[in-house]
Amino acid sequence: MGWIGETIDTIKSIQIRQLLTQAISLGMIVTSALIIWKALMCATGSESPVVVVLSESMEPGFKRGDILFLHMSKDPIRAGEIVVFNIVGRDIPIVHRVIKVHERENTGEVDFLTKGDNNREDDRVLYAKGQLWLHRHHILGRAVGFLPYVGWVTIIMTEKSIIKYILIGALGLLVITSKD
Amino acid sequence: MHSFGYRANSLLTFAVTILAFMCAIVSFSFSNQTPSAQIQILNINWFQKQPHGNDEVSLTLNITADLQSLFTWNTKQVFAFVAAEYKTSKNSLNQVSLWDAIIPEKEHAKFWIQISNKYRFIDQGYNLRRKDFNLTLHWHVMPKTGKMFADKIVMSGYSLPDAYR
Repeated sequence: MGWIGETIDTIKSIQIRQLLTQAISLGMIVTSALIIWKALMCATGSESPVVVVLSESMEPGFKRGDILFLHMSKDPIRAGEIVVFNIVGRDIPIVHRVIKVHERENTGEVDFLTKGDNNREDDRVLYAKGQLWLHRHHILGRAVGFLPYVGWVTIIMTEKSIIKYILIGALGLLVITSKD
Repeated sequence: MHSFGYRANSLLTFAVTILAFMCAIVSFSFSNQTPSAQIQILNINWFQKQPHGNDEVSLTLNITADLQSLFTWNTKQVFAFVAAEYKTSKNSLNQVSLWDAIIPEKEHAKFWIQISNKYRFIDQGYNLRRKDFNLTLHWHVMPKTGKMFADKIVMSGYSLPDAYR
């Protein structure tokens, strides 16, 4: 019977209010990060307003680990613009430059061909089997701004996921053990 | 409240915020930009209708340009390319890039080059005979940090021959 009493005492000594406050603060931080991300998506009109450059196909302009800010407006996409697009069957978006544009007179649909600055060949080898051109709905956004090196954090966390777990574990520990 | 940890944390946050702000406002510094360019078509090497039905033409171009005024302290490289723009009955706009180059430094930005088209000039269809087109020199200034901007010079008055050759 004694140990039940001890257990009840331990449970009573955990300050419920403090625990709840900590949980709510953590929740607030997470949700405000989410709000900022969604607001950015709205403001830039693009599904992923910030992308990290993963390959060397646009060197020396964009190196691995750089961050690109995207924007999608209703303006037509023209030759020379750097666009980020998805290919059916590939999960990572590609950042390349548009080198050919053919806009249909009657329907207004546009065919694009892209190429990475540092690649020898155009992107037809990357497109889905039988696909010769990109269309507007493949394109996530235009690159309008650029920050060097900041994306390495994401690359490290993706490629060595153990670091992601260590980081989250450490953060969790910090939250639990902080005095206020 | 006055522990080392808190002070280091707020100092770091402040420093990173200032850095981000500086990176952002760098985009608003514009300098006096007066680029110039000239393109000549020296020769139509050949002009054929391909087996799949599309016209293709091969040209030799003579490109002279001075893009030195685009370089600032924040410029990492300037990407320049020449595109042919024309209209057909099927397509209201066609832009085909014929040649491009990466200019990493101001010294290389004033150049003269004679070259045949790096990328194939293929139409969607066979509408290129007797076609008038513009040649545009586009440049894309890629900064060390911040906003990228692009512009172009349009040169008109070029045309392709009446018949295949």
